[in-house]
Parts: sequence; structure tokens; C-alpha cells
Amino acid sequence: MLLQVKNLRCGYGSLEVVHGISLHVCPGEIVGLLGGNGAGKTTLLKALVGLLRPWRGEILVNGRPVHNQPAWRCVSNAVALVPEGRQIFADMTVRENLLIGGYHNAYRRMDVEMVLERFPRLAERIHQLGGTLSGGEQQMLALGRALMARPKMLLLDEPSMGLAPMMAKEVFAEIVKLKDLGVTVFLVEQNAAATLAIADRAYVMETGEIILEGEAAELMHNAAVKRAYLGKGYKEIWE
Amino acid sequence: MKLRPAIGIVALVIALVAAQLVLRAMDKEYCLTQLTMAIYYAIVVIGLCFIMGYAGQVSLGHGAFFAIGGYTTAVLTTYDFSRFEAAAWGRALKQAHVFVVRQDMYGSDVLNAAPWAAFVTAMAATLVIAVLIGYPALRLKGHYLTMATLGFGLIVYKIILGSTLTGTTDGIVGVPAWSFGTVAAISGKSAARVQNYYIACGIALLVLVLLRNLVRSRVGRALRAIHDHETAANAMGINTARYKLKAFVASALLAALAGVLLTHYTGGVNPSEAGAMKSVRYVALAAAGGTTNLWGAAVVSIVLNFLSLRGWFGSYDNAVFGALLIAIVSLAPEGPLKPLGLLLRRFSGRWLAGGRSNDGAA
Repeated sequence: MLLQVKNLRCGYGSLEVVHGISLHVCPGEIVGLLGGNGAGKTTLLKALVGLLRPWRGEILVNGRPVHNQPAWRCVSNAVALVPEGRQIFADMTVRENLLIGGYHNAYRRMDVEMVLERFPRLAERIHQLGGTLSGGEQQMLALGRALMARPKMLLLDEPSMGLAPMMAKEVFAEIVKLKDLGVTVFLVEQNAAATLAIADRAYVMETGEIILEGEAAELMHNAAVKRAYLGKGYKEIWE
Repeated sequence: MKLRPAIGIVALVIALVAAQLVLRAMDKEYCLTQLTMAIYYAIVVIGLCFIMGYAGQVSLGHGAFFAIGGYTTAVLTTYDFSRFEAAAWGRALKQAHVFVVRQDMYGSDVLNAAPWAAFVTAMAATLVIAVLIGYPALRLKGHYLTMATLGFGLIVYKIILGSTLTGTTDGIVGVPAWSFGTVAAISGKSAARVQNYYIACGIALLVLVLLRNLVRSRVGRALRAIHDHETAANAMGINTARYKLKAFVASALLAALAGVLLTHYTGGVNPSEAGAMKSVRYVALAAAGGTTNLWGAAVVSIVLNFLSLRGWFGSYDNAVFGALLIAIVSLAPEGPLKPLGLLLRRFSGRWLAGGRSNDGAA
């Protein structure tokens, strides 16, 4: 198992946000984590990369406990985060953004070419400042930047946030394509339909707990999930 | 790409040489003294720029670091160690030329620390103090470093004012020249004025070029990333806390370096160097130059400090720098040179491309 989380509890100050979550991700999978606002998805991700120290429970990457490591060490576990809101370095060029993604990668200059081949749109804008890119391009840059660390696993925090539907579609297509790099994906999203369409398995999270898990196809047809988490207009559109 | 930095350096060298020649032609060479002092102060400002613009931290304690450099040097090179001469360590240090015999202003022999030894001690002291302050403050997000350094600066000021070792309110005078063999010496003698002007220019340029190369390197990219999105930088594998600490320590060391040099140049140091207003002035100058624009900060700092030292601002001296800071923060937080540079570039196209690379972040 690539990632294993056992009974994880964490939060901010005295407020517990994640109430004992267990989940796992196997190599080569795309695993979705669905849930509405305030479900604790981002908090969980922060704990996974060491930005938050877990209160209780374990996080294992390749069987090694990582929950006491500082955040900057998470790339050395071959885990890369694409943070919420993309967090592109606005005052740096596209190229510099990519180079910083490969901060610990001795072959970063070579890998920039690899990423540019993957995302030709970035190649066109290689000398532009990160802040001048459109939302979709920024998301591609955030993906490329994370790939620069040559990760085995990518943690994506709401990659479709704030994107036009067309753009979101493109981003999801890119995520599927990550499979041919052998990169495992843990995809945290609110857009359940799009996530279930590309994921192998998924977890559904509500107020800090996992309330459902299963094969994506299965969840897709689970009427209860649909009604509760797949969007407000579900009933009118689908039933 | 390769030519741009050279343009900046060459332009600055030409300006500095021109300043000296013009002042000589105008028979106002005495102005070089204040210009030299302004250049030393500029080293503090570009050091501060480095931490403000590239690590996103504001230090209000750079006056204190300057004073620590200056006072360590001044105390060690004027304190008479004769009574330790008999002791084993005193003899050993004398044999190692750490202690040197010198005549004081009354012509009697005194045993002082050699300037280079005082310099090394000053740098070591600054390093330790900067780490002690920076380590806890930089682990926290937000403006903790600013508050810690502000408090630190006030404490240093009070200690200097109250301690007889540092000459209380009078400060220390009679600091010897720092000679490098017979070739050159950092001293305030009017005969050595031109020589000292060029020594100061050389050191400031060296610092500028070193910092410029640093911010263009992997280290600089990391610092800018931290400044922009600390979370993302962390997730890229950048140890943000350590980087911020290193940047802060480097910046403090530059302030102390300037303190040591200026103290040898003026032959003394006084408590106002450690005052909070001095620290605010450095921050104002760094902001006025544009914190990510090392060249701009150097030029603005040299010009304004020169005018201040020539007494142009009279008794409004501190008010001028305070007002400058307010104006910059409210009107052009990225520094007035950036919009100005953009305007200039539009007119002169490629030639001023050097200006763009100076912005660093642009």
C-alpha cells in the first residue's frame, strides 16, 4: 500500500476537525475524496503532508510512518502536493515555478522539458510570470510543478476550484493521463460527478468522518450518495 | 541576458567615479566623507532589502546589529588589555598578533585588539545573537520577527547608553585605522579620503554583486517562493524556517559589517547608531528603493543618507525618513522605482532592459 492512514485525528487549536479517519491508497490508483465545504478534506491533506501535526493516529507512506516529519520532508517520500487555490508563485516565471518544484531534483533542468512536453500551453508561456496565467493554465502549472519532484503520489486539493467547466474538464483529463507516468493520485474534490468518472475508488467525507467508501462506479450509482453529495440539483436532473 | 547585470554594475561604477571627479572639480572633495559614510550605510540597507524583499520579513533591529558590529570593534580596539599582558592567554594572544601595541592619543603605549581580530569577534557575536533572536521568531508565521527585533533594538540601545564599557552617552572615540599592510587603510584622515571612498565603493559593490547572484540562484528562488506562498514552498521541499533564519542572519551580518567599517572610518561610534529611529530609517530606505530591487535600494539609500549627513533636512531629519516610509507604504508599496522603471522602459525599450533584471521579481 502506498498510503495508509489509520484512525487519524487532527485539528486547529482545541478544535478537532478530523475525527479518526482511516483510508488507504494502492499504487497506480486514482482515489477520490469527496465532501462538501467544511468536511475536513483540506485539513486531512495538510496532515498528510506534515503541515499539521496529527493529534492521534498514524500516516504511513510505503509502510513508513511520516506523521512526525516536517512538511518540507514530504517530497523526499515521493509525495507531492498540489495545494488548494494552486498557489502559483506569481512573481516568478513559469520556468522558475517549475524549477522550484524540482527543488530537490538534481535533474530539474531536464525535467522541465518533460513537463513542457506534457503541457504545451506552458511551453508557450515559459517566460511569462506565473501570476499572468489564466486559472486553467495556473492549474496546469501547479500540476507540472508538482511533477517536477518526480513523485510517486500526487495529492490534489480541489484542482477544479474556480475553473470554467471546460477548463475543469481539461484538468481532469490531465489527471487521468498521469497514470501513464505511474503516478498514484489522491484527488480531493467537491465536484463528485467528475471525480467519480475518473477515479478507481472514492471516499465520502462528512463533518470530519468518512461515511462511505467504495468503487467509484458503485458510488456513482448509489442514490443516497448522489442525493447527499453530488450537488443540489441532482434530484431534478437525474431522477 | 548575460549583459544586463554588467550594465547595472558598469553604470553604478561610472556614477561613483563621476561623483568623485565632479566633487574634485568643484573643489568640494570634503563631501566625499559623507558620501563614503552613506555608502557604508547603504550596505545595511541592501542587507535589509534581502530579508524584506526575498524572505518577506521586516527587521527593526538592524540599527542594533550595526551598533553591535561598531561597538564590538570600538571596544576591542580601544580597551587597554595591558593588565592581562602577564597572563598566559594575554601573552599568547599578543604573540598571535591578536593584541597589538599602539600609542594612544597621549603617546603612551596601550595594548589593543587588532582590527581584524575585533572584526572577527564582531561578526561572531552578531552571528550568535541573530540566531538566538531569529530561531524562535522565524518558526512562527507573521510579524513576530519584527516585534522581536524591535524589542531587541531597544534593549541594545539601553545597554549601550547605560554601560561605561561602551562610553554611555558619549560613545567611543579614538578607534584606530584598519590598515591592510602599507597599501591601504580604512581611516578618516583627510589625506586618505579619496582612497577610502573607493574602498567603500569596492566593498559595497562586492556585497551588491554577491547578493544579486544569491537571489538569482536556487537559494534566491526558494526565498522568493517562501515570500509568496509559504505552504506551497514547504510542499516543494523547502525548509522554510531554516531559509528564513539564514537570510536573517546574513542580513544581520551585513549590518554588523557596515558597523565595523564605518566605526574604523569615522574613528568612533555613538549610541544614536543603535536607536530605534536608525532602524526605522533603514526600513524606510529599503522600502523606498523597492525591497526586491537591490540596486535601487543602494542608490536611494546613498543619495538620501548623503543629503541627511550633509544636513539638508536640518532638524526634520527623522521626520523626513518617517514621512518617506508612510508615503511609500501608502502610495507605492512595491517601491517608487518600479512604476518609474516601467515608464522609462516603455520609452527606451531594450536599452533599459537592465532595469528589468534589477527588479528581480519582475
